[in-house]
Amino acid sequence: MKILGIDTSSEVATVAIMDDDKLIGEYTINHKKTHSQKLMPMIDEMFKSCEITPNDIDLIGVCIGPGSFTGLRIGVATAKAIAHARNIHIAVVNSLESLAFNMNLSKGIICPIIDAQRNQVYTCKYSWENNTLVSIDNISVKNIDELIDEIKERYEEVVLLGEAVDLHKDKLNDLDNIYIAPNSHKLARASSVCELAFEKYKKGDVKNHYDVVPYYIRKSQAEVQYEEKLKRMGENGK
Amino acid sequence: MKNIITLAIESSCDETSAAVLKNGREVLSNIVATQIDLHKKFGGVVPEVASRKHIENIDAVIQSALDEANITFNDIDVIGVTYGPGLVGALLVGLSNAKALSFALNKPLVGVNHIEGHICANFIEDKTLEPPFICLIVSGGHTHLVEVKDYGKYEILGRTRDDAAGEAFDKIARALKLGYPGGPIIDKLAKAGNKKAIDFPRVYLEEDSFDFSFSGLKSAVLNYLNGKKMKNEEIVVEDVAASFQEAVVEVLVNKSIKAAKVKGYDKIVLAGGVAANSGLREKLIDKCSENNISVKYPSLKLCTDNAAMIGCAAYYDYINGRISDLSLNAVPNLKLGQK
Ligand SMILES: [Zn+2]
Repeated sequence: MKILGIDTSSEVATVAIMDDDKLIGEYTINHKKTHSQKLMPMIDEMFKSCEITPNDIDLIGVCIGPGSFTGLRIGVATAKAIAHARNIHIAVVNSLESLAFNMNLSKGIICPIIDAQRNQVYTCKYSWENNTLVSIDNISVKNIDELIDEIKERYEEVVLLGEAVDLHKDKLNDLDNIYIAPNSHKLARASSVCELAFEKYKKGDVKNHYDVVPYYIRKSQAEVQYEEKLKRMGENGK
Repeated sequence: MKNIITLAIESSCDETSAAVLKNGREVLSNIVATQIDLHKKFGGVVPEVASRKHIENIDAVIQSALDEANITFNDIDVIGVTYGPGLVGALLVGLSNAKALSFALNKPLVGVNHIEGHICANFIEDKTLEPPFICLIVSGGHTHLVEVKDYGKYEILGRTRDDAAGEAFDKIARALKLGYPGGPIIDKLAKAGNKKAIDFPRVYLEEDSFDFSFSGLKSAVLNYLNGKKMKNEEIVVEDVAASFQEAVVEVLVNKSIKAAKVKGYDKIVLAGGVAANSGLREKLIDKCSENNISVKYPSLKLCTDNAAMIGCAAYYDYINGRISDLSLNAVPNLKLGQK
């Protein structure tokens, strides 16, 4: 079965096609965040080069976040529409597990970090156990300095990856127990999205396109402010 | 001749909408999922909140449009989608969806200017309407006076230099603590008020300008309200609403009629959400009949944002060979007549 994988959760736009266990195409661009302009032409180009048509696709794997809100929506809207047009299912993958999957079968803790602005990152920790990727904590938004302290104190060996690694390079370089993933594995890759989607498909963990929405973690700024206002009013009302 | 079926998608602000049209002017379905209630508590449209709602709704809205038109994706000849102007995050949801549909279904894509869509709502309303004419487009986001020379051929005669007409209504409604959206509320109150009660300024700008400006009027209303409060005098909300609305409407109507006369047209067409304002409609009809000018305006459902109007604009672009490609991007400040 052919799986189309899509990930636009970060600066990187990446798409891939996998046919069962065979990766037949992957196209990744890490140059300015112009996902809206580039994503569809990338998919179109990849299909042409691989000599397949949208009718050949059986499943879509899409990265639903966390990450850039607008970026996520471009990828998710695209995946939903293709699944809708073709009447096929979607397997959703989160951006952190997808990054961790890039470090296939490595030892130690894998800690992907994605920029969440204001010196914060979306993060989670994973490890490989019996050839399967397992998360060893929950996805959260953390201050980068707190995360570094935590790693320094608690872990022997941690592989860091994700676009936020470059952003916080200066802080990460001189730490003994932190290893930065190589460029070939550091950023989002849709081949990882495809593989995880295939694993989920095998477990029956797929969704109807109507039910697929981005995974933001964060509420919108307006909602946060509104809730704060309600809270203040509640306190004053006492 | 074979019928041309258009699927249209609109998500530029706070309505998620999809429509199916036959030959550009016959609406087979026009589904609108409005978010007005969602944004009420914020007192206006919040872009991030709107974008999130769009992506939750979009494919169900599209499916409803297909179902109601009793067609499937296979029956579609062309896909039209709004790519600007509007809120960029909101536009990108509809646009990304439309581009992916165009790719997966192998159907041509047409990017539509939202304002052009508003004008085209009139072609749906009145099947006999043909260009050329003068069109006044007034909504929460835009105020344009346009010479419509032909299908897809426009010349902007004037536009607002500050607030859009609908925006002015929203701001005054907020100052009067009337809620959101302000237009329909003020319109309703104005009916019970005296439009000559307060003499608010009419801003005409330079002698031969077709541009508009509403910020001075807005300040005048706010000053009036503050003055009354300072003096502890009662504010008759109905009179404020009626006098404010009259000041907006008078300038809109007089400039439209002047444009028709200068350009030599006997037809004025209204478009946009504020075209639903009863004060505007009445005054325009009155003044136009004095001047032997005919007036057209869309029914309420076609005045506010909807995908049917986008589908009509897309149809005329399609039959004239104006097709977009998959790199089409959202243009939040897209100008009318720009491609
Ligand atoms: Zn509009």
